[in-house]
Amino acid sequence: MSEATVEADGLRKAFGHVQALDGLSLAVPAGSVLGLLGPNGSGKTTTVSILATSLRPDAGRATVCGLDVVTQAAQVRRVIGLAGQFAAVDPNLTGRENLRLIGRLSRVGRAQARARADELLDRFGLAAAAGRLVRGYSGGMRRRLDVAAALLHRPAVLFLDEPTTGLDPESRFALWDSVRDLARSGTTVLLTTQYLDEADALADRVVIISAGRVADTGTPAELKSRFGTVVFHLGFDGREAATAAATALAAAGYRPRRDGADLQVRSVTDSRELTGVLRTLDGRAPDPVSVAVREPTLDDVFLSLTRGGEAA
Amino acid sequence: MSTIAITPRQGAASRVAAASAAVANALSDTADVAWRNLLTQLRTPQALVFATIQPVIFVLLFRYAFGGAIHVPGTNYVDFLMPGIFAQTVAFGAVGTAVGLSGDVRTGILVRLRTLPMSRVAVLGGRTVADLARNLLVVAVMTGVGFAAGFRSPHGAGAVFAALGLVVAFGYAVSWGFASLGLRVSDPEAAQAAAVPLVFLLVFTSAAFVPATAMPGWLQAFGTHQPVDALVNAERALILGGPAVHDVLISLAWSGGLLVVFALLAVRTYARMGRLRQVRRQNPEQESNRTLSRKGEGQWPSN
Repeated sequence: MSEATVEADGLRKAFGHVQALDGLSLAVPAGSVLGLLGPNGSGKTTTVSILATSLRPDAGRATVCGLDVVTQAAQVRRVIGLAGQFAAVDPNLTGRENLRLIGRLSRVGRAQARARADELLDRFGLAAAAGRLVRGYSGGMRRRLDVAAALLHRPAVLFLDEPTTGLDPESRFALWDSVRDLARSGTTVLLTTQYLDEADALADRVVIISAGRVADTGTPAELKSRFGTVVFHLGFDGREAATAAATALAAAGYRPRRDGADLQVRSVTDSRELTGVLRTLDGRAPDPVSVAVREPTLDDVFLSLTRGGEAA
Repeated sequence: MSTIAITPRQGAASRVAAASAAVANALSDTADVAWRNLLTQLRTPQALVFATIQPVIFVLLFRYAFGGAIHVPGTNYVDFLMPGIFAQTVAFGAVGTAVGLSGDVRTGILVRLRTLPMSRVAVLGGRTVADLARNLLVVAVMTGVGFAAGFRSPHGAGAVFAALGLVVAFGYAVSWGFASLGLRVSDPEAAQAAAVPLVFLLVFTSAAFVPATAMPGWLQAFGTHQPVDALVNAERALILGGPAVHDVLISLAWSGGLLVVFALLAVRTYARMGRLRQVRRQNPEQESNRTLSRKGEGQWPSN
């Protein structure tokens, strides 16, 4: 088998008048985690559906482990797992029954399906609930079972479509841990999300898509340093003090923004500029009562890319 | 279609082996999916109970409420009625195939199954086989109720069983027809609403409840040239007596023909589907039955 890479080249897909994908290309190196980031309707699920052989592209080509997702779909299905937003488990089966069924349908053999189901139930903390009907599961349990179901045949490539949408923070972090474990064990992961912190926490590389096209790509750190801005938040004892500070900073070439007794000052370089800001204030305005430094997040990157506006 | 790769250089022997492996896989996958659907039905017993109660009520209503007013020359109305009720019941039962599949589309189970290395016919085969099993149960209950209400065949149990065989075969063929519908509609209520009028049209223009000779000529022309009518005639020929071979063959031809056409259509629909999810994406409320709540609506910073 060739390496567990995913490649898409110029994918296009229209649904009626809606151009869901408009020439999307991406590559996921073997053993890495790619975060596909974008708002609702940007084409994330369409991309995953095509790569997971559930949908045919109108144009373009995609391969998984060197296998074409259209002409070699049957072979692709043996090396991929899909979990998330739209792939579901059966609410009227127990957790164990769900996994055994999917295991058998994934061609792992009856005995192997049983063993693997128990192993995964254990690993995802569902052993105690294994004999209960899934319709009684919490959202987090359901989602964990969903991911477990995608892993029965030990896929080389795992697609996770918005795996934590709608989950409470605790379930979310538990799922993050599972994804990290999988990545460590060599599984190639393509993860779609609309949560920027999720991509930041899990992905080696991030592809930001908007309106069916790649808007930008890079490591989370690269994207943040390219688009993000460090912002200093200064709190003052009253509006007058803040106004005086704003005047002093403006005179020194900064562009402070005042909101009541608070000032926001953007850094043009990085966090070290804070010293310069405080030195400017020294003697010209009352001392700030609070100082906070806000490091750039992927939110900033996303906003500057998709809205063309300034992140703040 | 199979999950077995066949390269052009492989010999005929290995191609035969691959084909038989594909058939074996298709059968085993179909059995697995059918098992899942049967379990699901057993675990939603209300649906099963209502599926049985309705035909039983029909038997009793027609037998006792209408039966006194409808006179069919030469026979007891209950003996005339039961073949019609059987046909109606399996035709309505087949609507369950559409409802079940559209439910799988809606919940997203179908998306998962489509990305598994399983046989391409198993999702449909498993669904129709499970619905066939449900139809058998319902028909058995109805036969019992009919018997209690006076239904008898002068030709004995063998004739009744032969007629029921035709009934079940017809129901299975219609199931495949509604399978395509279910795959195209991601809303079980809509699937049902689309399927039921079709069944009504076929059942009530046939001779299921009243002799076709009482209908106006234009309606008779349609009513006597459609599969439900063919089925009912064949059943009556077997149960009430008379030359049955011709009618039985016509009914079998209808069921066989419909099965082939509908199965090809449904498998093609299954292989080509993919637009449905997009419909759902535009109706986020419909997803709520799966993701219990969509928390984090405000995940985008507002500044």
